Amino acid sequence: MISVRNLSKQYTIGKRKQYHRLTESITNVFSHPIDTIRGATEKKPTIWALKDLTFNVKRGEVVGIIGSNGAGKSTLLKILSQITYPTRGEIRLKGRVGALLEVGTGFHPELTGRENIYQNGALLGMKKGEIDKKFDEIVKFSEMEKFIDTQVKRYSSGMYVRLGFAVAAHLETDILIVDEVLAVGDANFQKKSLTKMKDVSEGGRTVLFVSHNILSVKRLCSRVLLLENGKLVSDGDTDKVIQDYGGEIQNTITKREWIGSDDAPQNGSVVLQLLRICDDQGQDITDITTDTPFNIEIIYRAKKERDHVRFSLIFYDVWNNSIFTTMNNRESDWYGRPYPLGLYRTVCKIPGKLLNNGWFNVSISIVGKDHYDSRLVPEALKLEILDGPEVRGDHAGPFDGYFRPSLAWRTRKMK
Amino acid sequence: MTSNGKLLIIKPRRGIIDISLMDLWHYREMLYFLTWKEIKIRYRQTILGMAWAVIQPLFTAIIFTVIFGNLANIPSDNMPYLLFAYTGLVLWTYFSNTLTYSSMSLVSNAHVLSKVYFPRILLPLSTCLVGLLDYAIAAIFIFIFIIYFNISPTIWLAFSIVPLFLTFLLSAGIGFWLSAICVKYRDIRFATPFFIQLLFFVSPIFYPVSMANGKFGVLLKLNPLTGILNAQRASMIGQSSIDWTSLGIATLLTLIIFFSGLFYFKYYDREFADVI
Repeated sequence: MISVRNLSKQYTIGKRKQYHRLTESITNVFSHPIDTIRGATEKKPTIWALKDLTFNVKRGEVVGIIGSNGAGKSTLLKILSQITYPTRGEIRLKGRVGALLEVGTGFHPELTGRENIYQNGALLGMKKGEIDKKFDEIVKFSEMEKFIDTQVKRYSSGMYVRLGFAVAAHLETDILIVDEVLAVGDANFQKKSLTKMKDVSEGGRTVLFVSHNILSVKRLCSRVLLLENGKLVSDGDTDKVIQDYGGEIQNTITKREWIGSDDAPQNGSVVLQLLRICDDQGQDITDITTDTPFNIEIIYRAKKERDHVRFSLIFYDVWNNSIFTTMNNRESDWYGRPYPLGLYRTVCKIPGKLLNNGWFNVSISIVGKDHYDSRLVPEALKLEILDGPEVRGDHAGPFDGYFRPSLAWRTRKMK
Repeated sequence: MTSNGKLLIIKPRRGIIDISLMDLWHYREMLYFLTWKEIKIRYRQTILGMAWAVIQPLFTAIIFTVIFGNLANIPSDNMPYLLFAYTGLVLWTYFSNTLTYSSMSLVSNAHVLSKVYFPRILLPLSTCLVGLLDYAIAAIFIFIFIIYFNISPTIWLAFSIVPLFLTFLLSAGIGFWLSAICVKYRDIRFATPFFIQLLFFVSPIFYPVSMANGKFGVLLKLNPLTGILNAQRASMIGQSSIDWTSLGIATLLTLIIFFSGLFYFKYYDREFADVI
């Protein structure tokens, strides 16, 4: 279906100007006539964005392409979709190819939603008859029935993205090349998009899916290609390749139980029994969004009469950069006081509208009466905070950083 | 997108330029959509809308009639000066507007170029088609003038399709050159309006070719627009006074410009997404 042979792409980099001034080129023709003809007036630094890539994809396979920034994913995607051409090697594709590199390519703000569906569909390679047939379905999927004859410039960015994705989702080709167009819209729409993608990939079509989001790759793809510095370093079963990628992919851990277990984390004063995420009613929560408040509950047994205990929770990102620490040292009831023997429950409330969406590891540190009587449980919990709609508002793109607080903004006219 | 079951091979450019007409045929609907979009956008949120297609050449023609026809007494080849100027201006408006838009067609669609594949040539080509609609609207006034000035149209009126088609090829050809060069050299942005302005004066739009003698006359004949404008006017008044030599030169030059532009464009179009 797709056969890629020794594919390489070279780019010139560095101080090369994006475009040239005509006079300079003309001057060059006279000052260095031969060099100019050979196109070598200045030795430009070059970089191989892709180097000797070889792989095959069979009909019906759903293949994920992962790698860090600059690994060559986008270049591969652009070559596959014929936007740019390889420097060496070749690709053979059999069947109708569709490429989705972006949501809503070619949308024009002056046109209405209806007109843009046709525009965008045509750009993606759909025939007019095909769009006619799917039109109602597209509109329904986008949930934009009311605004379909409104100019797109009056849309919020969320609406814009929904319409764009709806068109893309109805593109029917034998081979589909998809960039991370899924990371758009609010949480509900993301879920809907992912389900749609899953349908598409189960429909017997060949899909190449490029993503940073390992979780969605894991949900969609059976096979994964890992690129590093333009080279294919791993190719195979999704789980195996993802492990090669650094093993940072994870399942969430929202509950740890050590009741009656010998390896329960402990220090001189307490032994942990349970650590979990729960709501105010004490129910387990699995889906946490950026808007949801949640509690981290620590249940432990004091094993030494009248000793002290202090807890800290440390939040890390997936690369183990610490983000923040929180301690119970301002809790007046028990902090610094001797604990009688018994079972205790300490709860840390994490407010909603604090953390950004993404993955967080939480470590817990237990410190006794003496500060060296301490125990750290690294990666005790692993949370995935999902994208919530409230702070997002009408913004469709990603939010940078670790936090997504709801802060007050105010504008007033001064003169 | 390729057609069903067809094998698509993506490989580096070898020396040969392939102009796949099949490819263009396959993308004909996209050409239609691009053209249609341009038309919609161009006149959206304007009060007068498509009337602008007439207003531009008509008002210019009226001013020219007053200044050049009446004050300067410039001859007009046995036609009423207003009709003479208007027929020339309608074609010129089509030509110059097309060049203005098509020279920028790739750069202004840079974002789309880097996100979707389609034959890039559709972009300058669609701007040439958009202008045809304006031309058709403006041409209605030619008929009104013919009736107004009591000229009896002959079968030669149908011949006006030839100069129109040549103008189409000529503006497409120059458009291919300019849009492709503009990807690399943004100088084109400044050069195009200047070039159009100069060309206006060295084309027989407000004066007849018969007025130009000597060296300038020879030079004027080397301007493909000269033969085209001549043929356009001759067909309007039906005097079958078409200057065939001049039309022949125009046709030859137009074809050279068109095909060289096509080759130049196709030679570089694979690099557009990397350079733009």
